[in-house]
Amino acid sequence: MYNFEFVKPSSVDEAVAALRDEDAQPLSGGQTLIPTMKQRLNQPSKLVSLTGIADLVGVSSSGGVLSVGGATPHATVAAEAGDYPALAALAGQIGDPAVRNRGTIGGSLANNDPAACYPSAALASGATIVTNAREIAADDYFQGMFTTALDEGEIITGVKFPIPQAANYQKFEQPASRFALTGVFVAKYADGVRVAVTGASNDGVFRWTEAEEALSANFSPNAISGLTVASDDMISDLHGSAAYRANLVKVLTGRAVAACA
Amino acid sequence: MPKDGIGASPKRREDVRFLTGKGRYTDDINLNGQLYVHFLRADVAHATINSIDTSAAEGMPGVAHVFTSKDFEAVGGLPCGWQVTDKHGQPMQEPKHPIIAEGKIRHVGEIVAAVVADTLGNARDAAEAIELDLTELPAVIDMKKAVQDGATKVHDDLTSNLCYDWGFVEENKAAVDEAFEKASHVTTLELVNNRLVANPMEPRVAVGDYAQHDDSSTLYTTSQNPHVIRLLMGAFVLGIPEHKLRVVAPDVGGGFGTKIFHYAEEAFCTFAAKQLRRPVKWTSSRSEAFMSDAHGRDHVSKIQIALDADNNFTALRTETYANMGAYLSTFAPSVPTWLHGTLMAGNYRTPLIYVNVKAVFTNTVPVDAYRGAGRPEATYQLERCVDKCARELGVDPAELRRQNFIKPDQFPYATPVAVEYDTGNYHATLDKALELADVAGFDARAAESKARGKLRGLGISNYIEACGIAPSNLVGQLGARAGLYESATVRVNATGGIVVMTGSHSHGQGHETTFPQVIADMIGIDASQVEIVHGDTANTPMGMGTYGSRSLAVGGSAMFRATEKIINKAKKIAAHLLEASETDIELKDGQFSVSGTDKSVAWGDVTLAAYVPHNYPLDSIEPGLEETAFYDPANFTYPSGTYICEVEVDEGTGKVDVLNFTAADDFGNVVNPMIVEGQVHGGVGQGIGQAMLENCAYDEDGQLLSASYMDYAMPRASDIPMITVDHSCQTPCTHNPLGVKGCGEAGAIGSPPALVNAVLDALNRNGHAVDHIDMPLSPSRVWSAMNS
Repeated sequence: MYNFEFVKPSSVDEAVAALRDEDAQPLSGGQTLIPTMKQRLNQPSKLVSLTGIADLVGVSSSGGVLSVGGATPHATVAAEAGDYPALAALAGQIGDPAVRNRGTIGGSLANNDPAACYPSAALASGATIVTNAREIAADDYFQGMFTTALDEGEIITGVKFPIPQAANYQKFEQPASRFALTGVFVAKYADGVRVAVTGASNDGVFRWTEAEEALSANFSPNAISGLTVASDDMISDLHGSAAYRANLVKVLTGRAVAACA
Repeated sequence: MPKDGIGASPKRREDVRFLTGKGRYTDDINLNGQLYVHFLRADVAHATINSIDTSAAEGMPGVAHVFTSKDFEAVGGLPCGWQVTDKHGQPMQEPKHPIIAEGKIRHVGEIVAAVVADTLGNARDAAEAIELDLTELPAVIDMKKAVQDGATKVHDDLTSNLCYDWGFVEENKAAVDEAFEKASHVTTLELVNNRLVANPMEPRVAVGDYAQHDDSSTLYTTSQNPHVIRLLMGAFVLGIPEHKLRVVAPDVGGGFGTKIFHYAEEAFCTFAAKQLRRPVKWTSSRSEAFMSDAHGRDHVSKIQIALDADNNFTALRTETYANMGAYLSTFAPSVPTWLHGTLMAGNYRTPLIYVNVKAVFTNTVPVDAYRGAGRPEATYQLERCVDKCARELGVDPAELRRQNFIKPDQFPYATPVAVEYDTGNYHATLDKALELADVAGFDARAAESKARGKLRGLGISNYIEACGIAPSNLVGQLGARAGLYESATVRVNATGGIVVMTGSHSHGQGHETTFPQVIADMIGIDASQVEIVHGDTANTPMGMGTYGSRSLAVGGSAMFRATEKIINKAKKIAAHLLEASETDIELKDGQFSVSGTDKSVAWGDVTLAAYVPHNYPLDSIEPGLEETAFYDPANFTYPSGTYICEVEVDEGTGKVDVLNFTAADDFGNVVNPMIVEGQVHGGVGQGIGQAMLENCAYDEDGQLLSASYMDYAMPRASDIPMITVDHSCQTPCTHNPLGVKGCGEAGAIGSPPALVNAVLDALNRNGHAVDHIDMPLSPSRVWSAMNS
């Protein structure tokens, strides 16, 4: 690790100001950033910690919307997002206890790792990503592997999840990292079903719209049995071929729907 | 009765310090004025080094010196401890193995330069200022392509990438081929034994120190065998006589074979400390461990079994490509040959066997012994092929095995592959395992699984291993450049307590607990009266260390022999004190008595007399009570057993759950049943790792794809089922005084074929005609096999 400056502001405004320095980076739970710094793959001049900002931490529910502060650790979401059980369950399956007590929802969404769990929940829920500057719809936010709509220095202050009638997340773990080799989040709302897939595509998290249409018409596992998932854009690596991931998308979607019953 | 004698299961006394954070590992050693080394390691697999410019790095803050291969011109390469002779009678090709790459880079992770500085941070900073001019070369990765004509050579000064082409037994080849021509059935299987990274919890560490006042060097290192390191590094690399070189291996956090070998970093730290007149320390990061610890396995094999019309095995032949990596690690050539070919008979009476092994150089990390070393590769081929054979013939795999077992009354049994099994009872462990695993109830369990939509399968394997390594005269004939005895000095103190200095090394085996149990049993005192000292060449007799399940069988036997000498001398002293004839003295429960009388003297009175010899036969025996023995075994030991497991396969995802595991082992006599059970648990855990999860993979450019725990899947607690362990089938070893066989490697040897057989059973029972899946049986591979 190279030397760097460290600041821990207590307000979003102070954090935004601190991030104006060249090569400054926000630090939330640090579950990705710190390991890359230890390997000397990342060299920020300054780290601006977001975990000292009280406004960014916490879970609340009101009017059918669950709000999670940007710097809320996974363990807190697992424990406190009872109004959205599928989301709480997803948070409780991320990494191990050490990761869940450090890693945050804002960090995960800002990093947009193609195998992370939270992006599938945000996209399937049609969540709103709230930043210090604006509100971004999940459909506009995720722009491909490790790429988001965030501007330089923009901070995720919170995420607003419309609470669905039913939802389930099926995570199939990559055997080594236990990230999602493929994960499927199905959420059923009054106006339709949304299906978001993580871990599978070279373009990062995506919606499986054919399944959404079929499930919106008939919310049962059988509704998707005739669909096929194209493997063209799927990830192929040591842990699974593109065809295997395409299979997982369909199998896990069916299991998620079954689990909603 | 002594407390905690043979057969008792006292808790491991060493665990008190390990569990309370009081262990003293090599990384806990920090010496005054210590410097730190950071190794600049190759990030390409194969390249010519045109130039290395260290001038900028030399001027960086805190830098003491930047070492390159030029600094090591007067130093030898890392020696190889075993020379294999090929099927034409020629010695293997043996390239130089430099401390720092000389002119050429041959694998990712090879040391290119080394920066020694006052802090690790300064050393790392300076390493980034080293300028390398390289010309990249095509990487040699695939073994079969590597030995084709015109292949790029890993070593320009060798004739090819073929280290050796070994035939065993070459004289039998024609007869074996003839038997195949006459066979009524032949089963053929091609398979890969996947490359593994040992991943001990404690990464390797080395601290070199030099004392100018007496020109002596000390190396603290994470080793399974400090005397071997002293011999290899002192005599062959650095030219330091043994009386000027001390090697200390303190608490070591797991070895699994990969800490047997003499590594470049050890020689570097010892050498640099002398050059710089300051201690030099290296602590491996986990990332470095992946690309510098010797890897294990990596065989590509074809095996064939011939049977007559009555399903008797009539012949067996195999052809294996064994990856050596870029250089020959310390014992690498022996693993695919003498630790593999000699075990190809397995538990069976197969009368004709021929084994061919081609050892190949590639641009990968050197490969050497890993828990089981050669024997898992033999067992995996054989037990997978027997299973496939049973499926082809439509016979019960257990019964096909039983039919071909060496029978209990056939021991000692000389196999056609040069070894003689002294004892065994394979029928007994098979019956025991079938009973414990409730194989009779399998169909009902399979139906229950099916009702839940899961495919259930059952797999069996038998294993035989050659342990207690090894008779020195035999291994010398086979190419070993070392003896393989073990040593012990038993020192009895005046007040009766005992200290044993052993050449064995404990890095998880529990010697500090089990070795005292043996002495407690022999003398009839409590085990708490005995202390074990190991791991320091300055205060233990020359020993060959711990690997090959040899510590109790060889090291324990040395301790037994030394203790016998102690008892013989103590009886003489007791006879004098009791004014009786030595031949009438009996030792029981720590009391020397004159047989047929009530006269006796306690152990502590005799030991006191030995050191306060006022009333003592000084004219016939010396004072003191301390004896040393070196034990060289007459044969290997042959632990064996039967393993059975059940799995469930998720048809939609290919995910395999290991539901249960049954191990019925014959380890001969057992000193501490709890520790033996723990060894089996650990071995089976590593076997599950190999069969289901672990895969060290390179891409075609020689980049290590599984270079961290993000991609290299280690078994976690939740991957391991409850394991039923039984060692009640005991045929004691006939040639060591304890009748023990060794238990450290069995679990890792016997379990992979049982697991793979179980998965294939699950698939074939449920309409998926799949002959074979290569390990690890990842969900992706299992799904692909079902859907291809």
